[in-house]
Amino acid sequence: MATLAQVEFNAVPVLANEAATPVIAAEDVHKYYNLGETKVHALRGVDLKIEPGEFVAIMGSSGSGKSTFMNMLGCLDKPSSGKYFLEGTDVSQLDKKALAAIRNKKLGFVFQGFNLLSRTTALENVELPTLYAKLEKEQRLERSREVLKLVGLGERLDHFPSQLSGGQQQRVAIARALVNQPSILLADEPTGNLDSRTSVEIMQIFQALNDQGLTIVLVTHEPDIAQFAKRIVVFRDGKIRRDDPVQKRPRAADVLKTLPAIDED
Amino acid sequence: MTGVIMDLLAILRIAIRALARNKMRSLLTMLGIIIGVGAVIATVGLGQGAQEQVQNQIASMGTNLLYISSGSINKGGIRLGGGATKTLVNDDMKAILQEVPTIAEAAPGAGASAQVVSDNQNWYTRVTGTEPQYFDIRNWTFARGGNFTPDDVTRATNVVVLGATVQENLFGNSDPIGQTVRIGTLPFQVVGVLTAKGQSGLGQDQDDGVYVPITTLQKKITGQDWLQYIMASATSQPASYAAQGQITSLLRDRHRIRPGQDDDFTVRNLADVAQLADESSKVMTLLLASIAGVSLIVGGIGIMNIMLVSVTERTREIGIRIAIGATEADVLRQFLSESVVLSLAGGIVGILFGVASSITITKLLGWNILISPAAMGAAVVFSMAVGIFFGFYPARKAAVLDPIEALRFE
Repeated sequence: MATLAQVEFNAVPVLANEAATPVIAAEDVHKYYNLGETKVHALRGVDLKIEPGEFVAIMGSSGSGKSTFMNMLGCLDKPSSGKYFLEGTDVSQLDKKALAAIRNKKLGFVFQGFNLLSRTTALENVELPTLYAKLEKEQRLERSREVLKLVGLGERLDHFPSQLSGGQQQRVAIARALVNQPSILLADEPTGNLDSRTSVEIMQIFQALNDQGLTIVLVTHEPDIAQFAKRIVVFRDGKIRRDDPVQKRPRAADVLKTLPAIDED
Repeated sequence: MTGVIMDLLAILRIAIRALARNKMRSLLTMLGIIIGVGAVIATVGLGQGAQEQVQNQIASMGTNLLYISSGSINKGGIRLGGGATKTLVNDDMKAILQEVPTIAEAAPGAGASAQVVSDNQNWYTRVTGTEPQYFDIRNWTFARGGNFTPDDVTRATNVVVLGATVQENLFGNSDPIGQTVRIGTLPFQVVGVLTAKGQSGLGQDQDDGVYVPITTLQKKITGQDWLQYIMASATSQPASYAAQGQITSLLRDRHRIRPGQDDDFTVRNLADVAQLADESSKVMTLLLASIAGVSLIVGGIGIMNIMLVSVTERTREIGIRIAIGATEADVLRQFLSESVVLSLAGGIVGILFGVASSITITKLLGWNILISPAAMGAAVVFSMAVGIFFGFYPARKAAVLDPIEALRFE
């Protein structure tokens, strides 16, 4: 397989966002859930701005509201009150179809459990969002191959998820998130199911993508992983408790050299 | 346009692949539709075959035919069955021809059963006495030779026309025209052989009989001068209904039947009989097809059931698809296409199954089965409709899933 050192990140055509508006602007966002008699107040007034090119790690214990906030960023959920602007568009005003289009074209999702379709090849998994984007077949295949090469899986196009290691599966998922050239990459515990070396490898990909200008929001509860971001936002009890830039941010590529090699496959 | 077709093909391919993952399950689900469609095709084919046979019979019976038969009588409370009276005679026929203007032709009929003997063969069959126009009225044609003449009737000559079955049994492949056969003790010259007509609707062999001049039968064979029936053909179908009434009043008059007394004859319009048979076979077809249709609906419920299971199993997949940008319409289309592929494939296999079983039934039982392209087209459309109808609810359920819940689903 291609090692990460050989990966050419400049293959991404348009990742830099030239707009001056923040990619994400949440204004006094509240979220309530009605669970029968009890009313859960998951988000209690969150204000957050994320500028193009940022790499934000969102941390917090379970129940802190970080997952709810992430779902909201991902347009899978709507705030009960407050506003959420994605690239200047008030998302809370949009209908389901428009939201689906935003998820498809502006957002890239990476999940903890990889969430690839089983019995579907790596290439087909990556191709899926381009299908929903109604791209022409040649364009779909070209872009899918391109992003798979980008994450270092150019030679495993026809492998099924069951034939790939966890790290490789997550890279397929990243390729899938990138295939429609989104303005922001949302990663929900992307390293949660991976060993430490593979985790750092994934972070290396994230850092490289961010260097290319891609905005990344990463939810994690591992402080080590959060360190690779440029900014850490900590949630507690539905509110932002801390919002600090990362000092002395490590480069994943450097960290990898210090880690012992693990046999893959 | 080609783009739309490409899209359709892609959707179809994806659906087929999804179904291929659970081959056994897909096959069992399809089985309901296969049996349903197969049953519809076979039963409709059967019904239409029967209908066609009835229609052929109408044609073979002749057009606008009225059948006047001697009727029952009531003698001091003892009622005798049809054909018991001796009141229907040759003069009645002549009167009908003269006085009922809508009757174009009429022929008398009387018969007896007798042994017909050629050289070394013999055959027991029905001997019918009639006049030459009989064959014309009934639309019967001659395979060999020809008809006897009015002169034969006047002179009561010993000439005979053979039915195809009789010809075959007495003469085999040799030409009987001009040969002599014996009916009872009398020699008759064969003048013609009728074209084979096959079985009647009741399974009677219409070719098993011989025909002689009515006078010859009455004077030389039976010694009776009354008729069993008169066949009359009206000028048109509507005219036949008018003629029916006119003949009834004419015959009542001639037979001196007082008002209030029962007729001693019956006038039947054969078109009515044929239509009745046609009608009943239509009803039968409809009944059979609707029973088969019920099994199609049961098959559809099977599809719905499996699609619901499939949606539940693939909740996580649906969540992923929604998260990466599938709209409700996309998800709906995906699952709907699967159920339509299931039912459509079932429908097509069902047609093959139905056609195969129709052919088998025709071969084994000799029933006439008509496989109509219309029924096949309807089966395809209907099975597709079943797929859409029963696939819609599960597909809708999938489309409106909450992606957050769906992604959390284990």
